[in-house]
Amino acid sequence: MSNYIINHLRELESEAIFVIREIAAQFENPVLLFSGGKDSILLTHLAKKAFFPAKIPFPLIHIDTGHNFPETIAFRDELVEKLGVTLVVGSVQEAIDKGRAKEETGADASRNSLQIVSLLDTLEEYKVDAAMGGARRDEEKARAKERFFSHRDEFGQWDPKNQRPELWNLFNGRKNYGEHFRVFPISNWTEMDVWEYIKLENIDLPMLYFSHQRDCVVRDGVILANSEFIKLKEGEEVVNMTIRYRTCGDMPITGAVESTADDLDKIIEEIATTRTTERGGRADDKRAETAMEDRKKQGYF
Amino acid sequence: MDYQDIELLRFTTAGSVDDGKSTLIGRLLYDSKSIFQDQLDAVEASSKSKGFDYVDLSLLTDGLKSEREQGITIDVAYRYFATPKRKFIIADTPGHIQYTRNMVTGASTANLAIILVDARKGMLEQTHRHAFIASLLRIPHAIVCVNKMDLVDYSEEVYTQIVADFKAFSSKLDIKDIQFIPISALNGDNVVNRSENMDWYDGSTLMYHLETVHISSDHNLVDCRFPIQSVIRPHTIEHQDYRGFAGRIDGGIFKPGDKVKSLPSGFVTTIKTIELNGEQISEAFAPMSVTMTLEDEIDNSRGDMIVRENNVPEVGQDIEVLVSWMSTKPIQARTKVVIKHTTNETVGMVKELKYKIDINTLHRIEDIDKVEMNDIARLSIRTAKPIFFDAYKKNRQTGSIIIIDEQTNETIGAGMII
Repeated sequence: MSNYIINHLRELESEAIFVIREIAAQFENPVLLFSGGKDSILLTHLAKKAFFPAKIPFPLIHIDTGHNFPETIAFRDELVEKLGVTLVVGSVQEAIDKGRAKEETGADASRNSLQIVSLLDTLEEYKVDAAMGGARRDEEKARAKERFFSHRDEFGQWDPKNQRPELWNLFNGRKNYGEHFRVFPISNWTEMDVWEYIKLENIDLPMLYFSHQRDCVVRDGVILANSEFIKLKEGEEVVNMTIRYRTCGDMPITGAVESTADDLDKIIEEIATTRTTERGGRADDKRAETAMEDRKKQGYF
Repeated sequence: MDYQDIELLRFTTAGSVDDGKSTLIGRLLYDSKSIFQDQLDAVEASSKSKGFDYVDLSLLTDGLKSEREQGITIDVAYRYFATPKRKFIIADTPGHIQYTRNMVTGASTANLAIILVDARKGMLEQTHRHAFIASLLRIPHAIVCVNKMDLVDYSEEVYTQIVADFKAFSSKLDIKDIQFIPISALNGDNVVNRSENMDWYDGSTLMYHLETVHISSDHNLVDCRFPIQSVIRPHTIEHQDYRGFAGRIDGGIFKPGDKVKSLPSGFVTTIKTIELNGEQISEAFAPMSVTMTLEDEIDNSRGDMIVRENNVPEVGQDIEVLVSWMSTKPIQARTKVVIKHTTNETVGMVKELKYKIDINTLHRIEDIDKVEMNDIARLSIRTAKPIFFDAYKKNRQTGSIIIIDEQTNETIGAGMII
């Protein structure tokens, strides 16, 4: 604290809390999109700090693909209970049953893109005017161009060429009827910042992020957890491996890394020396060079 | 690595078309080992498919489809890297003349500006524009990188001439700290590693400068300003009478026990606690987000400001601003707009268009009837309710506004209060 300088983690924290408070002040029906991953857990932690001693003044929304890790769901329920916040679950299975979304077929079928339908349906049902999420600009090249306050038209679409300029700390959340915003309070955090802050603040995480033994299938160089959602291709076999996850999406598409890092210090050390990006193991991003940009334009998170 | 002592430096990069800005950023990321193997693999594959015989580092930063197709950067992109000394956020803005608004946007949060000059071309109209914007937005530090030195045989004469030309122009501007560095982003000379081709240059490398430039006095620590974002009232049995004022400090140093004044009411009281998440803070300063409780029950709400009793900002409805116009729709006098200033929002009227500034000559153009996209102009604005402001010169947060179109809700202008 000497010289009246705060370190980079406290500066990022302060910026995120400022943005979260702006969301609560500028919108009528904000929600926090909770995926169960470390970034949304971090975001929930920051929201708690922003309004303490009051409770978080908005609900958490979880889009449940039905392909989640059971550990993620258990962690989510415990956290919601502890914070005393409302949880809204939007179900992809329900969207499929209602014929709103069509399941992909084939061995690489994934429900990742189907989330868009459930997400937009849920936002509409609850008349959400601002959905905040834990996306970070360092994750992916299309996300590098996101604003903190990202305007979506009445169809939930993103127009990267027509974004509102964002100056100083003045955020323009004004909108017309039917439009909404996606807001990204931790835009400026890197993967390393997230882990260092989790350690600094001693934030609980699902055990998936720490080294453990698991039955896996290696497909196109990506280590996938063996589960009921995976159909083995010819020549593939189930191997028991020592792994952990760097991101947590759906079971059939989230790649693990071989790792013995079983505490935060070891994870931070591992990330400092690692040579691939955290989404490097995400099969959903590998479909095309602009896979993320294409999905985002349609309303993906 | 002791990450608890690492500072954050935000910088913006401005350059003209093809002066190697993306390559420079690619070089900083690459030489500081902030590029991951899979990113590099993707860039190598793209370079090869385009028929290049070298790895085009600019492909690392040009993210969107249309940019990759056209080979240009069309929007502000944010990049991140860290060294053991500092963490950096780069606001990478395009240099095309039509994208001044992006440059202003990137500059608004920057501590430092890197201005690129192509050694073969020297000062261009766009270089003037970049230097002017850095000065207008009051970026505290600037580094002029004379790039592509490899293409002028690492000539000291070329470099010295550009430095002299730049100084002649910038003497008319208000930039406190300017450094000059001859570099080759393509080959890495003086970017992270010292050049072996320019013995005549005895200054530091770009990276060294970025890591050591003194930024602790960039925030205003004198004039206490705390705009209230929201009021926290838990309504629980445990915290029945709790009333906390949430916000981010925009200036000065606040301590519990300080006598403070609340605007606009003028009520004077004492700070009871400054806290975050229940933890007490002994002193708070910019840019900390905190919650403040006061000794007396005052009816403060969002948009109000807590300041020191004997150091108050201007309070008024008439402001003079220099604006950077950001909309394709021009503005004329007598237009109604929405103004956002700190946590305040009010309707306003553009009363008068005073003059535009010619960015190349810095001359004023008087008698104007409209202000158009990319213009820098001085306007008089009348707000519907009083706002609490400082000159932008004194405080970048309490001295800035954005102008919003009442109909479309688009942000159409960025203003700095004179």
